Amino acid sequence: MSPAKKPPAKKQTAASAEFLLRLYVAGHTPKSLTAFENLKTICEEHLEGRYRLEVVDLLENPSLARGHQILALPALVRQLPPPVKKIIGDFSNVERVLVGLDLVPVTAGRRA
Amino acid sequence: MALPSKNRRSPATRAAPAGVDKVPSGIAGFDQVTGGGLPRGRTTLVCGGAGCGKTLFGMEFLVNGARMHREPGVFLAFEETEADLANNVASLGFDVAGLVARKLLVIDYIKVDRREIEETGEYDLEGLFVRLDHAITSIGATRVVIDTLETLFTGFSNEALLRAELRRLFSWLKLRGVTAVITGEKGEGTLTRYGLEEYVSDCVISLDNRVRDQVSTRRLRIVKYRGSAHGTNEYPFLIDEHGFSVLPVTSLRLDCPVSNQRVSTGVAALDRMLEGGGYYRGSSVLVSGTAGTGKSSLAAMFADASCRRGQRVLYFALEESSAQVVRNMGSIGLDLAHWQARGQLTIQAARPTVFGLEMHLVAMHKAVEQLRPSAVIVDPLSSLVTAGDPHEVKSMLVRLFDYLKMKQITCVVTALTNESGHENTELGISSLIDTWLRVRDIETAGERTRGLYLVKSRGMGHSNQVREFIISSAGVDLVPVAIGPSGVLTGSARRHLESEQRAEVLAGTREVARRQRQLEGKRRLVEQQVAVMRDALLAEEEEMRALAAESGERDARRASAAASRNAKRKPERRHEAAMSKEVRS
Repeated sequence: MSPAKKPPAKKQTAASAEFLLRLYVAGHTPKSLTAFENLKTICEEHLEGRYRLEVVDLLENPSLARGHQILALPALVRQLPPPVKKIIGDFSNVERVLVGLDLVPVTAGRRA
Repeated sequence: MALPSKNRRSPATRAAPAGVDKVPSGIAGFDQVTGGGLPRGRTTLVCGGAGCGKTLFGMEFLVNGARMHREPGVFLAFEETEADLANNVASLGFDVAGLVARKLLVIDYIKVDRREIEETGEYDLEGLFVRLDHAITSIGATRVVIDTLETLFTGFSNEALLRAELRRLFSWLKLRGVTAVITGEKGEGTLTRYGLEEYVSDCVISLDNRVRDQVSTRRLRIVKYRGSAHGTNEYPFLIDEHGFSVLPVTSLRLDCPVSNQRVSTGVAALDRMLEGGGYYRGSSVLVSGTAGTGKSSLAAMFADASCRRGQRVLYFALEESSAQVVRNMGSIGLDLAHWQARGQLTIQAARPTVFGLEMHLVAMHKAVEQLRPSAVIVDPLSSLVTAGDPHEVKSMLVRLFDYLKMKQITCVVTALTNESGHENTELGISSLIDTWLRVRDIETAGERTRGLYLVKSRGMGHSNQVREFIISSAGVDLVPVAIGPSGVLTGSARRHLESEQRAEVLAGTREVARRQRQLEGKRRLVEQQVAVMRDALLAEEEEMRALAAESGERDARRASAAASRNAKRKPERRHEAAMSKEVRS
């Protein structure tokens, strides 16, 4: 996944990053690419300048999967702000992604 | 099946021409039941209800593989954390931490919590594959256990996707060439709740924990095993402080070795009843009888005799504690305690109801495997009936006897029969028994005595007589019973008869002596008469001879006188001669 190959840099407002996100993928599959594109779009739209996104390719670092109990892929882990949240899928359902990231007011129905 | 011990890990699995290559599980009894273990390079499904030992089965498979065959293994746990797992099996003596440190085991705990996961479209379980692959590669594992895969169904909502991923997982495992064990929770009317069995085509094992009459029994069954012969029965198994052990049915074939060697029963008189030799080695002996007839004593005599021969004996006491057995047998002059101290005699006491019948037999099986005794005593067998129904008891005893026969272990069991007990109803096991001794009460003349007889003894001539069975502080002895006019006599009646007989014999000998004396007198009389008569005869002969001599003299004298006369008248004599000639013509 070509864009993902610059992991620590993506939209980095350095230390002031409010949202610390980590995307786990396994290889440069179409699914990974779609997920990355979708995620990027959502982040740019809703979190502009407030987030930092890391991409971890498990094929390169398989041992990292253990830490966040990664099972399904692609998976996004919101490390900051707490609590840790986990979202899986290709992020095509924007609504659910926003719910998962706690970016939607509770009234929008969290546990749909 | 012989398995090539050098296992090459090639990516694809294929059945060797001789059949399925197998990986020994190291679980006692299981490898026998399956003819070698689990199919190498394939996936085995172990399913069963909660608490039936699925996780333990998996763990033991890995630990044994690491310990005995140095085959590293991966345990993928969905239900318990690494620490929990390690603690749970530590009580079985599995040093999980040590194996992990030696890179023979990897435990990976995978937490699946639906609440923490938001699904936002298409996904797959590639993460699981990555983790599994990483774990396998990190130690070069050949064995994999996934416990319990079905947890995934509670963590993800897209069942169609899960099923597709599971299918992929199973084929991936196969491709990876690892021998895998997948556990699955038992479902309603199906082997597993989510139908995992449809993905596993090679080997399916079902574990079960049934409670019947408040006694629980664990059973194992091989539902299928493609490409391999296997026992199809339900095999009881036991989980104890040493782990899993399955009781294999060795009676698939009836080809146990036989021995012509005899072992003394410990009672010389009983040996004499059995052609003077005793039981056959490796035969099964039943001592049956009503309460207090000395069944245990007979069994203990045999135990003592075996110890005396320097053999090991395993004594299962099902009604008395070990100390009680030792004390009681002390009263008949057997010092079992010193055999125990020497390690030749092991008394295992257990209440029959402590666990199910199968468990007893698995426990016995285990003890036999460990101690390798030459003789086994079960006292009394009949109390096992309280732990199961008679039909089950029989089928289990068949297995026990078969097993002991295969091992050439002489087995003496006692069975309590009720007063009215018919010979053929004793647990229905008489047909399994080689030598059957029956001890019974004989009540006569206000006394209770014991009689022993041999109902049967296969393959040897044996006495068909009832013997009186005497238990004293000197041990057990048998004496021939007396047959009186009113039938069999025992006890004081026998002694009475015996003294009577002795008196009779005495009287008889006296009579003979008297008659002999009489005869002697007669002979002497006759001899005297004969002497007298002979004397008379001699005298007569003497006289006769004297007489003869006298007449001879007279003749001689007369002849000489005639001669002198003839010399004077010769012609006269010629004339006489002519006359005699005339008479002749």
